[in-house]
Amino acid sequence: MNSAFFPLAVFFAAVFINNILLANYLGMCSFLSVSRELKTSVGLGAAVTFVMATTSLLNWLVYHYILLPLGLDYLRFIVFIVVIAAFVQLVEMIIERVSETLYAALGIFLPLITVNCAILGVCLFMVIREYDLLSSFTFGLGSGIGWFLAILAMAGIRLKLARARVPRGLEGAGITLIITGMMALAFMGFTGMIRL
Amino acid sequence: MFPITTLLISVGAISGLVAFLAILMVIADATIGNYGEVKITINEQKELIVQGGRPLLSTLMSEGIFIPSACGGRGSCGLCKVRGIRGFGQYLPTELPWISPEERGQNIRLSCQIKVKNDLQISIPEELFNVREYRVQVSRLRDLTHDIKEVTLKLADADKMSFKAGQFIQFEVPAYEFTDEPVYRAYSIASAPVNNGEVELEIRLVPNGICTTYVHRHLKEGDQVVINGPYGDFFLRDTDRDIVFIAGGSGMAPIKSILLDMAERGVARKVTYFFGAKARADLFLMAEMKALEGKLVNFSFVPSLSVPEEDDNWEGETGMITDTVAKHLSSGDNVEAYLCGSPGMIDACVKVLTAGGVPEELIYYDKFA
Repeated sequence: MNSAFFPLAVFFAAVFINNILLANYLGMCSFLSVSRELKTSVGLGAAVTFVMATTSLLNWLVYHYILLPLGLDYLRFIVFIVVIAAFVQLVEMIIERVSETLYAALGIFLPLITVNCAILGVCLFMVIREYDLLSSFTFGLGSGIGWFLAILAMAGIRLKLARARVPRGLEGAGITLIITGMMALAFMGFTGMIRL
Repeated sequence: MFPITTLLISVGAISGLVAFLAILMVIADATIGNYGEVKITINEQKELIVQGGRPLLSTLMSEGIFIPSACGGRGSCGLCKVRGIRGFGQYLPTELPWISPEERGQNIRLSCQIKVKNDLQISIPEELFNVREYRVQVSRLRDLTHDIKEVTLKLADADKMSFKAGQFIQFEVPAYEFTDEPVYRAYSIASAPVNNGEVELEIRLVPNGICTTYVHRHLKEGDQVVINGPYGDFFLRDTDRDIVFIAGGSGMAPIKSILLDMAERGVARKVTYFFGAKARADLFLMAEMKALEGKLVNFSFVPSLSVPEEDDNWEGETGMITDTVAKHLSSGDNVEAYLCGSPGMIDACVKVLTAGGVPEELIYYDKFA
């Protein structure tokens, strides 16, 4: 577990094998509602990747330097959420100030993902699995990219789906959930490549 | 460690962390989020100096300029459009669903999604300067038919609303059992512009309608309500063509306002008003229309019942409103038409009118879905 390649292994595992969306089914709500268009999916995917990578770093520091020494690790749920919310808010304000292009492409999605359970999930997994700082970062980055990959694939499928005849009762979220399930099955093919 | 110290430590640590983050946000708000004073120029004539950092829609609202909006700035109704002339950046993903390609070419923007960050130059319809919010009192409620109520709203003593006959206002429904938040619904003004201290509405009960249920079941004389307006470009054009009015149900309201205004101003154009209803029980304001026939020299009122009851003793026109219009319309060349009613009725009537020779661009209508 302590090899130099471990952070890299964690990264690939997070992207493909333990994909946060397809293996853990986290972050479904924004996945279902935003995957309708390719362009918005890219924006949201990028935003999720950025926030996961940065907040996993931030929350690792908060957990190991504030919560653990004070014996407050049982409060990590609430603390992680507060840190994520404040950080996302701050980043949105900065982006809005600095670059309009970036704001239109990415910033507008930030408030959407403040409450995304995948973000909190990543922070909790890294604590449970006792990753070090670097591995936590690669885990966050990998999970974000994995989520990005999943929503991108779904947006592509839904583009084709627009011209398919979907049974009326399954239109929208219904068919999307079924397809997500099939994608999850496909991703199960990666199982066992890396043991974590 | 004693439990009490554990408690104190956890409360202290959490409070400290949250306070730190809160202070950080306040500092960020005052520095990063502070855009200082910016200037908004409207229609190249009105200049507003405002504090930046808030959405354009609410900034304009707090300066007393009301852009029509039904959702209150959440980007879900797509109504609060303004034309951006200078100072606007690229379109945001949250605007695009509401902007058509033509509107894009004219740089029409959704004002609730635009944050005021720098000097802006915008263009809005001139009439919106006149739009504002009014606190009014329900002075009279009257049943016109079994499902249409006439609501008379009295403006505060110092207030006057100047509007064109045919325009509409938005009625604010407060939160009640059918809605968790205030919603706005548009209703045409039925009273004459000369009565500018008063606004009269005709509201038909729609089953489960949020506003109509409120008006029919909850509103009482003496209640205070809030309206804003006036809006709309459904008003009489100043030409010398013959006029055809067609309305059904509560579509009576704007036509009545226009007719009263014409009588007031002594307009002598030839006017025919076709009013469609099911049976005699759905007809209303018949005496007022008769009186108007006396005041307006060239006015004839043609009510038409589609399914008169046996005991209605109806001797007037029967059949669909479209048939009655087709029967009376001899030549549409010199006619302009004003329609108010359900979308289905309007579409059918537009077909009949254009087939009768009325130029399509001279058919004006207010569709109430």
